[in-house]
Amino acid sequence: MDKTQHRDLLTKAYNIKQRFLAMYKMANAGHVGCSLSVAEIITFVRFGWMKDSDELILSKGHAAAALYSMLAEDGTLTEEDIQTFYKNGTYLAAHPPVNKLKRVPFATGSLGHGLSLAAGLGIANKLKKTDKQIFCITSDGEINEGSTWEAALFIAHHKLTNVVWLIDRNQLQGYGRTEDVMKLDPLDKKLEAFGFNVVIADGHDFNSLETCRLSTVNCQLPTVIVCNTTKGHGWKTYEDKVDCHYLPMKDEQYALVTAEVRNSFEKQMALVK
Amino acid sequence: MRVEFAQAMLNAFDRNDNLAFITGDLGYMALEKVQVKFGERFINAGVAEQNMITVSAAMAHEGFIPFVYSISPFVTLRPYEQIRNDVCLHNLPVKLVGNGGGYGYGIMGATHHNIEDIGAMRILPNMKVYVPFTASDVEQAVGQMIADKNPNYLRLNMGAKIPQEVAPFAQWRKIKDARLPDGQGTKSVVVGTGPVTEHILNSALADDLEVWVVSIFPITQLPAELIASINATQKLITIEEHTGECGLCETLSYHLMNHLTSNIKTLSLAANGYPSGRYGDQKFHQAENSLGGEAMISALNQFLQ
Repeated sequence: MDKTQHRDLLTKAYNIKQRFLAMYKMANAGHVGCSLSVAEIITFVRFGWMKDSDELILSKGHAAAALYSMLAEDGTLTEEDIQTFYKNGTYLAAHPPVNKLKRVPFATGSLGHGLSLAAGLGIANKLKKTDKQIFCITSDGEINEGSTWEAALFIAHHKLTNVVWLIDRNQLQGYGRTEDVMKLDPLDKKLEAFGFNVVIADGHDFNSLETCRLSTVNCQLPTVIVCNTTKGHGWKTYEDKVDCHYLPMKDEQYALVTAEVRNSFEKQMALVK
Repeated sequence: MRVEFAQAMLNAFDRNDNLAFITGDLGYMALEKVQVKFGERFINAGVAEQNMITVSAAMAHEGFIPFVYSISPFVTLRPYEQIRNDVCLHNLPVKLVGNGGGYGYGIMGATHHNIEDIGAMRILPNMKVYVPFTASDVEQAVGQMIADKNPNYLRLNMGAKIPQEVAPFAQWRKIKDARLPDGQGTKSVVVGTGPVTEHILNSALADDLEVWVVSIFPITQLPAELIASINATQKLITIEEHTGECGLCETLSYHLMNHLTSNIKTLSLAANGYPSGRYGDQKFHQAENSLGGEAMISALNQFLQ
C-alpha cells in the first residue's frame, strides 16, 4: 500500500470514529466498544478493497453506528441523516434497518445470520457469473451460533471464493471472554479444517489488512481473515472490558476517548509521511 | 402431492429462467428428475436448515425464486427466525415447501408431524400459506406462488379423493351445497382446510352439510355467501389437521366476529396433539383427534342434534 492510500485510510477511519463517537454521545447509547473494535476493518473493506458493485454484510449489527458512519463517509448518508441516530422516526436504529438504506442489503442484529446471507449472495453471483465480491464481518462471539458453522460448511463446500469473511476477534462477548464462555481456539485450525484460506490480521493495522487482501488474489479457497482487535480500542477506561459493550460515555469519558483517537491518528499520520 | 409438486417444478422450469431449487437433503424417489432438470440451480444445502433459509433469502435478493424443500417441520419451525428476519421482513420471494403437513408422516412420530405450521407461518409479515386440497391443486398453487412476489409456504399432504368436482385453486371454494338449497336443509356449514376435509365430504352426514374449503392464509375476506349460510344455519364446523388455536378455527372466528347476526354454535375439529401418547399412521392420529373415523362421526352427530 502506498503512503497516499495509507494516509487516506487513516483519515477516513479517524473521521468514521469521531463521527460514531459523537453519535453514541448524542444518543447516550452503548455498543461503543463494538464499533471501536471494527472501525479499521470496516474502513479497509469499504475504502481499501470493495468495488462499488460489491456487497458488505455487517453481521455484528450491534456495531451499526460504525456502519452508518462509514456510509456517511462514502456519501451514502448525509450528516443530517446521521443526526437522526436513535431518535424517534429514524431509519438509523441501533441495528441496521430492513430495506431502507442503500448498501445495507439486509437487516442484521440477530447473530449468526450474516455469514449465511453472504453465502447466499455468493452462490447467487457464482450462478450469475458476476465478478461481485461479498464481504461479511462477524464478531467472534457469534461464532457460538451453529448457523455460522452451517454457513462455513456451505461456503467451503461450494468453494465460494467470492465471499470474504472477516472475524472481529476481540475475545469478548456478551457476558464474558470468548475463551471462558465457549472456547473458540484454536480458531484458525478449525477454519482451516473446514477448507478456508485462513489469514491472521492485526485488525487495527491497515498494512496488515492489506497483506491479508493480497493473500486472496488467485486463491482457490474462500478466505477468512481473523482480525485480532481490541474491544473499545482507544477508550482507555473500558478497553478490553465487557463494560465497553454496554455503557454509554459520560462527558469526561467522551473527551478522553475522542482525544485518544485524535492522538493516535496524529501519531500514525506522522509515521506515514 | 409430492409427485404433482415435482412435476409442477419440471413444468415451471421451462417458463422461468430464475427458478432455483434448494433441498434440505431430502427428496429421495421424488426429486431426481427435478435435480437433473435444474442442473446447477438445484442445490442440496445439507442438513442445515438455518443456513438453507438464509442462503435462499440472499438468492432471492439477487433475483432468483428459490423453492426450498424439506419435511414440513424442518422447513418451518426449525429455521423460524431465519424465515422471519431474512425472508419475511425483507419481503423476498422465497417459496418454502413442507412435505407432510399435519400428521402426514404418520408412524414416523411427533418430531416429523407439523400441526402448528399454518399458524406459525400465517402470522409472519408478508407470508402467504398455500394449502392444496386435491393433488390437482398443486400445479395451480405452484403457478400462483411463482407469480406472487411475496414469501410463501406450501403445505403438501396426500390429496383429497372426493366424488365432487372441485373448482380451480382459490382461497375460498364451496365444494358442495347441502341437499336442500338456501339453508333450509343445511344442518351446518363446514369450513375445512386441506385434504382432511374429505372425511366429512365422504361421510354419510355430508348430504345435509354445506362444505367450503379455504386454501390460502391469511384469510382476508369472507365470501358473502358463506357468511349468509352461517347466519342461516347458526352452526359452524371447522376441520383442520392443525391446532385449532392459531389455525383455521381461530382465524375464521376472528374474521366472522363482525358478521354474525345471532349466536352461532361452533365445533372445531382440530389436531390436539397426542391424546393417548401413542403413535400410528396418519389415519390413526386423525381418528384420535376426531378428524376422521367413528370419533369424528360421533362428534358431528352430537353437534348436529
